[in-house]
Amino acid sequence: MADQRGTLLAFGIFIAMFAIYSANHPAGFTANVVQTAANKGVLLAFVAMAQTLVVITAGIDLSVGMIFTLTNCMASWLVLGTGIETVFGVLVVLGTGLACGAVNGAIVIYGRLQPIVATIATGAVFFGLALLLRPVPGGSVNEDLADFLTGRFFGVVPASLVALLVVVLAVWVPFSRSELGRAAYAAGSSETAAYMSGVPIRRGKFLAYTLAGLLASIGGLFLTFFTYTGEAAYASGNAYTLFSIAAVVLGGVSLFGGKGSAIGAIFGALAFRTIGDLLFVFDFDPLWQPLFQGVILLIAVSLGAFALFRVRNRLEWFL
Amino acid sequence: VSETTLGGIAGRMPKFLRRADPAVVTAFACIVLLLFLGSLYSRSFLSPEYLLQQLKVASFLGVIATGMMLVILLGQIDLSVPWAVAAGAMMACAAAAYGSVGIALAIPFGVLCGVAIGIVNGIGVAYLRIPSMIITLATNAVAQGLMVVYTGGFSPQDSATAAMRYLATGFTIPGVPNAVIIWALIGAAMVFVLTRTSFGRAVYGIGNRERAAYLSGIDTRRIVLVAFAVSGGLSAFGGVLLAGYASKAAQSMGDAYLLPSIAAVVLGGTSILGGRGSYLGTVAGVILITLLQSILSVMQMPEAGRQIIYGVVIVAMLLLYGRAPASR
Repeated sequence: MADQRGTLLAFGIFIAMFAIYSANHPAGFTANVVQTAANKGVLLAFVAMAQTLVVITAGIDLSVGMIFTLTNCMASWLVLGTGIETVFGVLVVLGTGLACGAVNGAIVIYGRLQPIVATIATGAVFFGLALLLRPVPGGSVNEDLADFLTGRFFGVVPASLVALLVVVLAVWVPFSRSELGRAAYAAGSSETAAYMSGVPIRRGKFLAYTLAGLLASIGGLFLTFFTYTGEAAYASGNAYTLFSIAAVVLGGVSLFGGKGSAIGAIFGALAFRTIGDLLFVFDFDPLWQPLFQGVILLIAVSLGAFALFRVRNRLEWFL
Repeated sequence: VSETTLGGIAGRMPKFLRRADPAVVTAFACIVLLLFLGSLYSRSFLSPEYLLQQLKVASFLGVIATGMMLVILLGQIDLSVPWAVAAGAMMACAAAAYGSVGIALAIPFGVLCGVAIGIVNGIGVAYLRIPSMIITLATNAVAQGLMVVYTGGFSPQDSATAAMRYLATGFTIPGVPNAVIIWALIGAAMVFVLTRTSFGRAVYGIGNRERAAYLSGIDTRRIVLVAFAVSGGLSAFGGVLLAGYASKAAQSMGDAYLLPSIAAVVLGGTSILGGRGSYLGTVAGVILITLLQSILSVMQMPEAGRQIIYGVVIVAMLLLYGRAPASR
């Protein structure tokens, strides 16, 4: 139960925010409002899950937003045509995400570079590739599949939420219960202790980075389903990286590694999106949105400072 | 190549070369290599005019990278550079719209805005113990939000003051652009602070082991706060110079300086973990990055190719000499 405190807190924040949001929404709490909110939230949720996997190992991936952008551009070329072609396109896009994540992992773990610098640099490469694919916004997508995955099941359940659930069950749950997933947690908690106990930390961390690439590419795929186009937008890629960190922090994942879960990060992402959208239902000028989101991010990361009140010995500051 | 032969070669080299950091030597060697490759492409790469022009362009990055280096020496990082640069430029130009007092105070006001961003970073890192990577991303977002609200989402119409233009493009000494002189002055001040003052020693000490520095009586939190404030101020000053160079500020003018400033510092041999590095290396890194950018643009490489080559070169050079020690 204590382990789940962060997740439950994020869930609580999300429920509270969504209640305020839907209560003040002009259309009220209808299937349409939920569907739109779900579609926007799910994008960030995928990227936040990706960030969680890396943050658990005490690393950070500043290229998730660019993998998201790259796979969006790629999907706008490939996820088209007949059923077979579409399936092939989806597989290639997901494979690209895996490859991007594997490159990050290889550079950070086997190349022994600092994750911050390494992922900023690979992010530049991924963005360059995205620009090669889409110098100008454009392209299209298999609209039947897109409408199916962004619509509603039985008229009420948003399909994107179901897709999110499927991804959680297919990627996160097996990972967090596997030996390598525990190794990733152990590496983030105390790398030396984990190494001494013979935990396969390198393989665990490598798997975490690789799966992060996969999750970011699922996000990119969904972005294509929502927008029907691909766009190599630098600002939006960076914004998703930034928001993913905010979502992870709101979701109770420790930035020092070893603590938290992707479920928490998902609720963090949904809560962050809802807070950002609160401005709209209260009729503020959209110009204020970046500032509002920045301030929320600042407050969210400052919440971690409360741990300082528990410090009894000043030397613990420097751990 | 084994350790012994390397030692043998080094033993025969003059003393100043033996003492040099291999990373700094590699960076300077890469500069020579780039100039050589460039001269194969076009003769004009070795002309004094071209080299001086490159030095002038490099000085903007140099000013920003100086602040970044101070923070990296502490073992921290400052990701708020993009909007500290833009805020400095925009606020300086905005002040210029308020009559003669505004024009006189434009530059200090712009720098002060950067210092304010840096102080928020410093309080977060030093007193609230938030990881620098996170808090600086957050202040960057807040600064962006403030600027978006201020400008209404468009590039501001105010233009740079004459003083800003003079600093960035004028000539006090014939033949040497003012921007280069400013970089040289800031660099000299930085070298003095790092090597000759207790503040500089404390920065290296904190970068090596903050706990030990604290136990030896250094007010580590104050040092970290000051370092972040200086970094923010220098970023904003870089923005002021850039605004003077382009005559006005623009929305995303700082985006192009985050990766280069980190890369310049790290390629110059400063350890990203802190505590190790020399300013000479940062100078080499700045010139290296500027030359690389210039050669890619002379070759009319499209933006996409530039980003890719850029990221690949940085990762490759870091793999050459920026690696962390093997675990245990």
